[in-house]
Amino acid sequence: MAYSDKVIDHYSNPRNVGTLDKSKKNVGTGLVGAPECGDVMRLQIEVDEATNTITDAKFKTFGCGSAIASSSLATEWLKGKTVDEALAIDNMEIVEELALPPVKIHCSVLAEDAIKSAISDYRVKNGLPALELAHH
Amino acid sequence: MLKLPIYLDNNATTPLDPRVLEAMMPYLTDVFGNAASRNHPFGWAAEEGVDYARTQIAQLIGCDSKEIIFTSGATEGDNLGIKGVFEMYAQKGNHVITTTTEHKAVLDTCKHLEKIGGRVTYLPVDELGLISLEDLEAAMTPETILVTIMYGNNETGTIQPIREIAAIAHKHGALFMTDGTQAVGKIPVDVNADGIDIMAFTAHKMYGPKGIGALYVRRKNPRVKVTAQMDGGGHERGMRSGTLNVPGIVGMGKACELARQEMAADAARLSVMRDRLQTELMTMEETYVNGSVESRLPHVANISFKYVEGEGLMMGVKDLAVSSGSACTSASLEPSYVLKALGLSDDLAHSSLRFGLSRFTTDEQIDYAINHVKEAVTKLREMSPLWEMHKEGIDLSKIEWAEH
Repeated sequence: MAYSDKVIDHYSNPRNVGTLDKSKKNVGTGLVGAPECGDVMRLQIEVDEATNTITDAKFKTFGCGSAIASSSLATEWLKGKTVDEALAIDNMEIVEELALPPVKIHCSVLAEDAIKSAISDYRVKNGLPALELAHH
Repeated sequence: MLKLPIYLDNNATTPLDPRVLEAMMPYLTDVFGNAASRNHPFGWAAEEGVDYARTQIAQLIGCDSKEIIFTSGATEGDNLGIKGVFEMYAQKGNHVITTTTEHKAVLDTCKHLEKIGGRVTYLPVDELGLISLEDLEAAMTPETILVTIMYGNNETGTIQPIREIAAIAHKHGALFMTDGTQAVGKIPVDVNADGIDIMAFTAHKMYGPKGIGALYVRRKNPRVKVTAQMDGGGHERGMRSGTLNVPGIVGMGKACELARQEMAADAARLSVMRDRLQTELMTMEETYVNGSVESRLPHVANISFKYVEGEGLMMGVKDLAVSSGSACTSASLEPSYVLKALGLSDDLAHSSLRFGLSRFTTDEQIDYAINHVKEAVTKLREMSPLWEMHKEGIDLSKIEWAEH
């Protein structure tokens, strides 16, 4: 399979690989996918509660190059966004940015799920209702 | 300087040995005749080349040259052998026994038989990829006309107990066929000592050209016949019509001659390299060899790296030409059915690499491959949430994953 230059760049030089302290109240963690499906993404956000802005984002992904690139790109986009702005990220924006082929669209869907799941976790930790997560 | 990428996918195909090309060249140019033309020297010269090649091939597997039927390759050989026996011996029975880890050329042919009134038993394999002789014995019936079990597996290199299998088949009056594609030219295969009645094999897995293979069909004790699957001029003793691929046949003959002369030395050298590759990679945690280590082709190693994903791993080892699963299924995202038959979970099957060495593989290439794979696996594990959880002692099988 031919990967786009952007996918190769994110795969070779992934941004923001790592782990945030999930015991902190202002850190939200999303873990999506399943090992049997060949993709597991963990995406974490750290939020400045005063401004509702995402100050840090980290990921770890078990998956193909497109899955790694999708989550790496997501962490880049998340930093500096407000939580509401982050919620508006659509998987098709990831598809376009990385030029993902049709068979790899599920990687972008998983990245969107991971973002929403991390935000939901942050909300629950801070006394807000969980997000209704779409099940793909 | 080391040329990249390094080719370690020799179970898919091998490069042509320059000595084979040299033998073929005259038959691609001056000696262009049709081997079936009996009326002029052009035909005679071609026929002479074919006859000589037939002898070279026969010598490699210990048979008579008349027992070699030329085909386009092992897929055709498997089809002709299985379908041909099914038709020829229809009066005796309709039952065929095979295994779940055969190449698709055998499995899909068997599925075809099931659609036209055949009954097929697919024997399971153990965690090493070996069938149980007791299972085989129990599966034999008076209607069993054919047992077809591959010699060495294309994905794991596991070698089945061929002689014992042949003995059981014969005891019950069935023929024994084997897909010898990966074994012939790599390890000693002797159709008489092994008790083989029919064997499909191909030139391009042993440094010969693509598009030419052979089906061994026994002529004595017992005399075996297969019904032709292609109608035409009645070439190859009526079993396979079609003008002979003379340059291909000459190349296959030369490849077999070289294999006969160099197989022992090649195998000794390659197994040392293969073992070094395997031992070095196994120094990483959570790394597993798939298939039998004891009963294995000398040039093959299939290794799984837990907690890294196969496609990501393939992208990480871009300087190596290897395959994940088998070459025939790598276009799909399905994990290898052969590895699954050994009892591997989907994720471990997904994270496997198959290394196939060749006569032309060097120590320098193996050194590079070892470091390259180690770097890729280490990098991907550092990026893998599953690896982190494993290191924290979390049992991944206890987690409720959100299936998507």
